[in-house]
Amino acid sequence: MICLGIEGTAHSIGVGIIKDVKGNCRILSNLIKTYKPEKGGIHPREAANHHATYIANLISESVQKADVDFADIDLVSFSQGPGLGPCLRTAATAARALALTIEKPVMGVNHCVAHLEIGRGTVRGCTDPVLLYVSGANTQVIAFAEGKYRVFGETLDIGIGNCLDKFGRAISLEFPCGPKIEELAKNGTRYLPLPYSIKGMDIAFSGLLTAAENYVSKGQSLEDVCYSMQETTFAMLTEVTERAMAHTEKQEVLLGGGVASNKRLREMVKTMARDRSATFFVPSRDVCVDNGAMIAWLGFLMYNSGLRMSIDESIINQRYRTDMVEVSWRG
Amino acid sequence: MGKTVVEKRRVKKAYRIKEIDTLLIASRTKEEAKLIAESRSYGVSVPLIYDVDLAQGIITMEYIPGKRVKDILNSLEETERKQLCQKIGESIARLHNHEIIHGDITTSNMIFLNDRIHFIDFGLGCKNGEMEAKGVDLHVLMEAFESTHSKYSHCFEYVFEGYKKQFSGDASAVMKKIEDIVRRGRYR
Repeated sequence: MICLGIEGTAHSIGVGIIKDVKGNCRILSNLIKTYKPEKGGIHPREAANHHATYIANLISESVQKADVDFADIDLVSFSQGPGLGPCLRTAATAARALALTIEKPVMGVNHCVAHLEIGRGTVRGCTDPVLLYVSGANTQVIAFAEGKYRVFGETLDIGIGNCLDKFGRAISLEFPCGPKIEELAKNGTRYLPLPYSIKGMDIAFSGLLTAAENYVSKGQSLEDVCYSMQETTFAMLTEVTERAMAHTEKQEVLLGGGVASNKRLREMVKTMARDRSATFFVPSRDVCVDNGAMIAWLGFLMYNSGLRMSIDESIINQRYRTDMVEVSWRG
Repeated sequence: MGKTVVEKRRVKKAYRIKEIDTLLIASRTKEEAKLIAESRSYGVSVPLIYDVDLAQGIITMEYIPGKRVKDILNSLEETERKQLCQKIGESIARLHNHEIIHGDITTSNMIFLNDRIHFIDFGLGCKNGEMEAKGVDLHVLMEAFESTHSKYSHCFEYVFEGYKKQFSGDASAVMKKIEDIVRRGRYR
């Protein structure tokens, strides 16, 4: 089966085409266009306009790049949620229009579950991981337990990416701030104590963000503050992930989301995994960030297991919970 | 001494920098030992503490030879499960009556022995008189039920029945807090 997937939950609009090859995902093309705001954060309406401008071309380019014809596409998937309303609606509309035009079925998928399944589908050896999903808006620890994908821990306020972006904005860095913070942190030498806030299995970042901003306004070096922020937030994320692994007794950990590109975070989670004799997986960067291929792959898994979705049922859901997904393709 | 003991050692974690590791180990060890001792004084079943070494992060305490609630909850008869859950609620209420927040109430952290619920692992606990803290404490258990014992949807209800019986404050205010927390959760 060849499946085309459209991702549009936040600042990226992506189209990916995959082919299922003996239970593994072969990516035929995966194109992404990201909206970069001039200043401030992501404005939903502006991001949606950006997506609407580029989606049609992205679809034709990805079909071309995949060296297939529209007639070869068996299924059109799209990110049904969670995410920003206007953006989701743009991607969904494009998907429905395409599906109706080529007279093929449509399938809306959960964006967070897609981050997990693309790990299972593209990384060899990754079969039953605990996913640490870290992006701008989302920070969740997800694992398959008792027949569903469940959230074992999550942010109580903002996503880690959003926390880093907000801090970056406060110190006048350009979006996306994460990579620049990572650079600055490399030259940090002094650890400045920051609130280490874990409540049960959930994490809060707001207090830490405020404290970090205070250090900057009191004249502490940016390198030291960035270093301290990374060390503290990533330690919190690693701890919650480890506890989920202990609780579910799973021996694999998978990273996903844009923040998974951060080398320090990877190093920490990898070390934690090694010390528990567990295996660490991270997909290639092009499928860590928001992308269409992961949407296509999950759509395939769902359709292949017998799930179907009518156009009426394909309504978007900004608050689509990970545990609302009917995981019919796993035992 | 001839007794079976548990040495809870807070293990240094190689993934985090020394400064964070040292801070966390010392503060969590101290807090945990204090909370366990205090809980005991209020009649909640907890391990007896024999020794504390803050520098090394070690608490030496009594071994509780029962079964984890996590391992027995799903295989009980419904009436037994109901009773067990009510007992859990009563014990949590006793803690909350004295502003003790366990901080990590999951079914992995409760041992059932001699018809009593024994709490272990106060590592994330604290003293906190606010309604919010009590709500969060119970919410963690609610989530633990949903992720590990989801088949038995009344567990939390039964826990709260027991909680209401023993709690000296306004239990309905606590329940309202829990509902707030659920509503606050992302994407709910």
